[in-house]
Amino acid sequence: MTGERGKAWVYGDDVDTDALAPGAYMKAPIEVLAAHCLEAIDPGFAAGVTPGDVVVGGRNFGLGSSREQAAQALRHLGVAAVVAESFAGLFYRNALNLGLAVLVCPEAQTIRFGERLRVDPAAGEIENLTSGARLACEPIPGFLMAMLRDGGLVPHLEKRLQAQRKDASP
Amino acid sequence: MVAPEHKKGLTLAEKIIARAAGREAVAPGEIVTCRVDLAMMHDSGGPRRVKPILERLGVKVWDPDKVVVITDHFVPATDAGSREILDLTRDWVAEQGIRAFHDREGICHVVLPQRGHLRPGMFAVGGDSHSPTGGAFGCYIFGIGATEMAGVLVTGEIWLKVPETILIEWRGRLSSGVVAKDIMLFLCTRLGMDGGRYQAVEYAGEAMAALSMQERMTLCNMAAELGGQTGLIAPDATTAAWLEDIGAEPGEIEAWQGDPEAVPGERHVFDAGALAPQVAAPHSPAQAAPAADFAAVRPQVAYIGACTGAKLDDLRMAAEVLRGRKVAAGVELLVAPASLRDQEAAAAEGSLGVLVEAGARLLPNACGICAGYGEARLGEGVVCISSTARNFKGRMGAASSQVYLGSPYSVAAAAVAGRILDPREILAERGAEGKGG
Repeated sequence: MTGERGKAWVYGDDVDTDALAPGAYMKAPIEVLAAHCLEAIDPGFAAGVTPGDVVVGGRNFGLGSSREQAAQALRHLGVAAVVAESFAGLFYRNALNLGLAVLVCPEAQTIRFGERLRVDPAAGEIENLTSGARLACEPIPGFLMAMLRDGGLVPHLEKRLQAQRKDASP
Repeated sequence: MVAPEHKKGLTLAEKIIARAAGREAVAPGEIVTCRVDLAMMHDSGGPRRVKPILERLGVKVWDPDKVVVITDHFVPATDAGSREILDLTRDWVAEQGIRAFHDREGICHVVLPQRGHLRPGMFAVGGDSHSPTGGAFGCYIFGIGATEMAGVLVTGEIWLKVPETILIEWRGRLSSGVVAKDIMLFLCTRLGMDGGRYQAVEYAGEAMAALSMQERMTLCNMAAELGGQTGLIAPDATTAAWLEDIGAEPGEIEAWQGDPEAVPGERHVFDAGALAPQVAAPHSPAQAAPAADFAAVRPQVAYIGACTGAKLDDLRMAAEVLRGRKVAAGVELLVAPASLRDQEAAAAEGSLGVLVEAGARLLPNACGICAGYGEARLGEGVVCISSTARNFKGRMGAASSQVYLGSPYSVAAAAVAGRILDPREILAERGAEGKGG
């Protein structure tokens, strides 16, 4: 989990869930939906993003719908983390539930498009490999970090249920 | 962790959360685990998404009597993909023994209270961002994603960071022709779409007390656009009367009030009488200004739809404007009543007939184009005025479409005039003409 490196895709405030997961493709499998991720604000994103890249936003990233495909599409495209000044609460919860790291970074807007970043969710730190700057992030609460380490809520619950079943068996 | 400081009085949100967490009191910022009284899902984020997760975990829902499933996104099924999703939904509900299944009765946030599932003091989750709509009944209800919903279905619990209460007080009375939707567009613009900071937005004051239940639902619905985790209103005699009317138990109205000595985290006070009808420009509900400022805008589509803007009260507002009038040439008026029950009531009292007579085309009782679903999605460059909650770029169709948001009054008035205007111009004309127009 430490030190994922990738390129920054930088957008502004209020990146919404309709841009991340357009309604017209909500019936389609995730690989189809993901190909249209952010199309309304950056038609080149889905085709250009590569695994390990980082999406950077301003304030209120992920506002709008509860549709978790917004986070799932980013994860499907290999996005290692989303970094923003602030997140819409629903998106923040959805992302962590799906195993996508989300980091609240007050200085997110100092990051320029195309810069190389190293993101460390556990340490709550971003290193801008291009500029040399180190950006502090708000720590992810411990119980959520544990879930993120497990890969999201489903594998986390799976582990918990397995442990319970083990305890229950004679 | 430092022990949280418990204040003397609790806000309504804190009271409900404390009860659900099995605690005497809670304080903002604490992380607590709450027992869920009710979990509501629709066909898009519901069974089709939670079924594979429950199967992977090898469990069934924790309590089928606490789960409500409502189809509203992929109805009516116009293609094989939608049909498959609906079939899966129906099969899953039967397989899990969920009795509260409302199929093709309308939009979940409107059907949920109409079918008597909400009572003051409930702690509930919904698989949709507009779930705070139910807060109008004095519930703490908020939207979650499908994976988190699966977690609730397995455990019956959910974690929560106890929110501050952001108290929004409206003094005085709204003037005639100014409604809940205008309040919300104004608030989104004044406080910003993150002004709610994922906290609990509580509406209060004389103007709120005067509102009908469906108008209160519009306020709480759009707490989502304010960025609140939920919106809520303390129950009162209006709440009790509404619940009794649909044959539901009003519950303990007196118990679910914030303590008078409770201190909200933030408080805003506004003068209801000073508010004019608001219209929000593309592409954000936070781009609102008085409707009269948009006189140069000529919409081709006027849309009365969604949980936000097509309940019975909303249809009545549109009918008030459209009675004895025709939709202007070059404008298409689309009306998608939010629920079957509301559509039937509007038909029985004549409001629906007024809309149809004026030239409205009726669409199914479903989320439809508000959520970017259905057949009526907006084409390239189409200019639309809509009574829905959100006008994000591309949400209702082509990325080049331009969606303005307004109250049902404003949408109907624009449909008649062929341009956006202060609906009070038309309502005043009506007054001057006397009955029948």
